[in-house]
Amino acid sequence: MKINRRNFFKVMGATAVSGSSLAALPSDLTAWESKAPPDPYGCLVDLTRCVGCRKCEEACSQVNGLPAPERANCQCTIFEKKRRPDDKAFTVVNRYFTGKLDNFDKPLPTYAKVQCMHCQDPACVSACIVGALTKDETGSVRYDVSKCIGCRYCMVACPFEIPAYEYHDPITPRVMKCTFCYDRISKDGGVPGCATICPTEAITFGKRADLLRVAHKRLDENPGKYINHVYGEKEAGGTSWLYISSVPFEDVNLPALPDNPSPKLSETIQHSLFSYLWSPIVLFSTLGALMYKSNKSNPENSNGKRGTLEEKNITKGGA
Amino acid sequence: MSHKAAPLNKKFWTPGVLVMVAFMIAGGIAILARFTGGIGYVANLSNARPWGLWVGVDVATGVALAAGGFTTAALAHILGKHFYEPVTRPALLTALLGYTFVVLGLLVDIGRSWAIWKPMFNWNTNSVLFEVAMCVMVYLHVLYIEFIPIVAEQFKDRVNLPGPLSIFNALVNLLLKMADAILDKIMWIFVILGVVLSCMHQSSLGSLMLIAPTKIHPLWYTPILPLLFLTSAFAVGYPMVVFETTIVTSSFNIDSEMEVLSPLTKITTFLLGIYMFLKIGDMLIRGTYVYLFDGTYQTNSFIVEMLIGVIIPWGMLLFEKVRRSRKALFTAATMIVGGVALNRINVFIVAYKPPLSEGGYFPAPGEILVTLGLIATLMFIYRVIVTYLPVLQAPKEVSS
Repeated sequence: MKINRRNFFKVMGATAVSGSSLAALPSDLTAWESKAPPDPYGCLVDLTRCVGCRKCEEACSQVNGLPAPERANCQCTIFEKKRRPDDKAFTVVNRYFTGKLDNFDKPLPTYAKVQCMHCQDPACVSACIVGALTKDETGSVRYDVSKCIGCRYCMVACPFEIPAYEYHDPITPRVMKCTFCYDRISKDGGVPGCATICPTEAITFGKRADLLRVAHKRLDENPGKYINHVYGEKEAGGTSWLYISSVPFEDVNLPALPDNPSPKLSETIQHSLFSYLWSPIVLFSTLGALMYKSNKSNPENSNGKRGTLEEKNITKGGA
Repeated sequence: MSHKAAPLNKKFWTPGVLVMVAFMIAGGIAILARFTGGIGYVANLSNARPWGLWVGVDVATGVALAAGGFTTAALAHILGKHFYEPVTRPALLTALLGYTFVVLGLLVDIGRSWAIWKPMFNWNTNSVLFEVAMCVMVYLHVLYIEFIPIVAEQFKDRVNLPGPLSIFNALVNLLLKMADAILDKIMWIFVILGVVLSCMHQSSLGSLMLIAPTKIHPLWYTPILPLLFLTSAFAVGYPMVVFETTIVTSSFNIDSEMEVLSPLTKITTFLLGIYMFLKIGDMLIRGTYVYLFDGTYQTNSFIVEMLIGVIIPWGMLLFEKVRRSRKALFTAATMIVGGVALNRINVFIVAYKPPLSEGGYFPAPGEILVTLGLIATLMFIYRVIVTYLPVLQAPKEVSS
């Protein structure tokens, strides 16, 4: 393996030129910046209002053309096992007994609806190899099946374990998750299916900023009723869906998460290493120089089986 | 080197090869099932556990264990240590086959195999996986280009296509000679490119899991995961060469290459030492040693990975006696290879525990059959290639 001197300088020159011209570009190697939309929609879920009627599940499947919910009218035994959203249901309601008792010392249930949280800086969007997942101005995290290759990295990345997969479709499986009823909310006056139907107004749809005000107002006006925290205000950098509750959020399977947006660390590493491909270019040049030097210093050492020509070139170059 | 690479002059169909074929057929059936019934039909993957054996072993471990290719190329071709030339060809072949099977494994694992080309046109530069995929794709081509001279060496002026194809003999020969002549001039570009691309994606494979801090056990989750992946790839390169050279030379009953392997593993004590230092230092700085004796399967797996896969073989290699003994060297190399393989399996499978969903993961028989089938096919093709192409060193008594 020998370097022809002329070619060496040709390629190295090109590398250096591209490297220096890139260095002249404005640098975005600086701090990571959120790509969250400025004024997204959101939903506020008040767990103290939810009675577990599961109408939201039914509305969801109708709007999104999914199969009817499992035992749609059941409000009792269905809760015996904890369910997760899957490829046939974008939202499910679970029942939790957290130790709260009613006036007759009977355990009080808390119902919690679970669906895609539509993060402000979604891990899935950052992870998606082809950009099939995007965060829309409306706040909706959208999925474009025409780009998807089915790597399922979005599912690995999601801190809420939301994206589901059509594992039994051999050729054209899709990633399935709540769409935030994009087709509705992107039109004037459109409201997601679940928020429209909720009979107890446990789900409030609106601009995220307004919902945050509503949520804090409810916490302030009802001292002692709620845990003093709006879940989703800061979790994972903030989510479009927000929750308030009278029981600790961990008890209803809403995980404690760092305030840092999920993609921050990996994107910072990737961009500081690979912006303008500076590190590969530096590495390539360094290795090239090393290779040139090692070949120049001992050309006779190289296995002269084939390439006496190059050896001549190198010796000439060294002279 | 006094002797040079030559095709192997050995009987092809041995009982071992027949066992390989049996695994290949079983794996083929499992793959057929996957493409008729879906991933869910053969695999235990779920919404909570989207990545399993195929990603952890076929892809992550496959890439790590193919590190012999770029580490030997860097040593012999870039740093000019031509003494190590004899092991570069088998290491190149292992890397080439390794990466080919990484892609084949991916084709089975991704839901829409036919869409695998889409990342070329839909770029998400925020995605770690995008960078890994691009590097692996380009590197695979670089490996094939690096292999062309070996094909040319064997068939130049000897092209003899079967039957009616023989009219193309002259044309193919011309193309082969042209490619060989051009590559001879510019091969150094591909050699360096191969090392650069390897450094990029070996480290980025470690960055993949950084996006899921709540799902990865703290013993493994660290911001320096990419650095650990890179240094462990450096460390495993030469032990992998020792591992496969020893197996190949004993199975074909040819020269054991110990005079190359012994000094090669002396470098490993340094490279593995760096990895060990980083790994233990990271554990001490982040204070994660508090988990060490939890007794869970996760922490135990970490202890095995570190103790048997890193610390003990590193200590062994410090002794000249071990490095000179074929058996002891093979044992130490195998432990290092196993340790890095276990590290990849740990990071991608064992350490991964989604907190919200219930249920664990253990690969289904179908998944295991696919993986074993792919490995058997890789070994089978390796055997075919070394039989017909000049990859392995010819026995000394013949060439000298």
